Formats: sequence, C-alpha cells, structure tokens
Amino acid sequence: MSATLDAPRTPLRPARKKGVNWEKWGWIYMRVSGVVLVVLIFGHLFMNLIVGDGVSAIDFAFVGGKWADPFWQWWDVAMLWLALIHGGNGMRTLVNDYARGPKFRAALKLAILAAVAILILLGTLVVFTFEPCPIGQPADLLPSFCAA
Amino acid sequence: MWSWVLHRITGVAIFFFLLVHILDTALVRVSPEAYNAVIGTYQTPIMGLGEVALVGAIVFHAFNGLRIILIDFWSKGTRYQKAMFYVVIALWVITMLGFTPRHLINVFSH
Ligand code: HEM
Repeated sequence: MSATLDAPRTPLRPARKKGVNWEKWGWIYMRVSGVVLVVLIFGHLFMNLIVGDGVSAIDFAFVGGKWADPFWQWWDVAMLWLALIHGGNGMRTLVNDYARGPKFRAALKLAILAAVAILILLGTLVVFTFEPCPIGQPADLLPSFCAA
Repeated sequence: MWSWVLHRITGVAIFFFLLVHILDTALVRVSPEAYNAVIGTYQTPIMGLGEVALVGAIVFHAFNGLRIILIDFWSKGTRYQKAMFYVVIALWVITMLGFTPRHLINVFSH
C-alpha cells in the first residue's frame, strides 16, 4: 500500500496565469490596511479609553458628541470598512489553512462574506443616519448641545 | 513561530470582538436607553479586565503586523526579524504599562 502524499504547500489548483491576481492584491491589502489601521485604532482607543474618564464616560451622549463631527464619522467609517475587510480576508486565510471538505470551506467563506457585508452596511448606515438629539427623549441622556 | 501563532490567535479574537462591537454600537440608532443599558452592562470590573486583555491583543497584533510588513518590504527585514520580535515585545510592555493603570483607575473609581 503506497499512499501518496502531496509535497508540502502544494496548491489546491494551479495558480492562474491570466487575469487579475486576486491573492496578490489581497496580500497587498492586508499590509496597506494594516498600516492605516494602526493609526485609526490607536487613535480610537486613545480618544475613547484614555482621554477624560475613559470607558466609564461612554454612553449615548458621548457617542452623540463624537458623531456630531464629520471628522469622527469618517474616522469611524474608514475604520469599519478597513478592519472588517482586513479581518474577513484574514479569516478566509484561516479557513483555507484549517477547514476540510469543499462544501464546508465554501459555507464558512460565505458566512464570513455575509457577516462582513452586513456589518459594513449596518455600520455605515448607523454612522451617517444617526440622530444625536432624537425628539421626545429625556434630556439627561442626550449630548449637552441638544438643549441649546 | 510563536509570533505567528500569537498573530493568528489575536487576529481571530479581534475579529469576533469587532462583530459584537459593531452590533452594540448600532444600538445608538435604536434609542439612548437601549444603548446605555447595554453599555452599562459592560462597565463592570470583570469587563474592565477583559478590556485590558483585548487591548493587549490588539496592541500585539498591531506591532507584530508592522514587523511582518518590515520583514516583507525592508531589504534587511529577514535578517533582523528576531531582533524586531523583541522590539515588538518591548513596545507591547511599554504600551500596556501606560494603558493598564490608567484604564483600571477609570474602571474602578466610577
Ligand atoms: C492594528 C493594525 C493591524 C495591523 C498592522 C495588522 C497587520 C496584519 C498583517 C501584516 C497580517 C498578515 C497578513 C498575511 O500574512 O498575508 C494580518 C493578518 C490578520 N489580521 Fe491583522 N492587522 C491589524 C488589525 C487587525 C484587525 C482590527 C483585525 C480583526 C478585525 C485583524 C485580523 C487579522 C486576521 C484574522 C489575520 C489573519 C491571520 C493569519 O493569516 O495568520 N487585524 N494582520
């Protein structure tokens, strides 16, 4: 009985010779988004956890105060898109490495894609349709500028 | 090899946290009460310690990610990969020494 083993790192199918090299662009994306994410995430953690009273100050009024400024809206939306696509693509790498069986692999990748797409859509809508001073809500829960 | 294992584990952990974090933040679109109720359940000592672990994971993944990028693009990157790993550890320790006391004071004094 001579079972044959593939040489280590034998690809599932030969690399494409024509067309867009998506794996290469994915590889480049991981590095470019990584550099930008360091700035976005460290800035996010600094503003929300270090400045002032940190986590204990986070509530609706805090978020409302931040997103009243387009600068922080765009900051958070950029972070949302870059991090979800970076994380989703990284999770795809893990599925490629560990998941066995073509159906199972396809199902996991579809789940990752769905989660990333739905959360990008949801997050973007929330940031841009957010109302910091909803009518009929108790004033003590709202940002202070709502009273003016 | 351990840098790679840690990079994977922290990457996955951050991804799952991010899914939950977007959903809880989306509650601002529901109502101030809904958002404050859920965020309030996070503002406990246990969660405060969890946040230290989470920030620790992100800071490691970030610094080690920059190290990977340097290994790939800097001509001397592979030669100094081990030294850069020790730099990553050192920067991680320094960052966490700055972050942890500040964060725990915020968690425990309110
Ligand atoms: C803070 C800035 C970040 C930097 C500098 C960074 C950098 C990197 C780099 C260079 C890779 C390797 C890609 C490859 O080998 O082709 C990677 C992988 C990965 N990252 Fe990040 N990343 C960051 C943030 C994040 C975030 C926020 C998440 C989660 C949403 C994440 C999840 C992942 C995952 C799951 C992998 C795949 C792990 C693997 O292939 O072993 N990263 N990251």
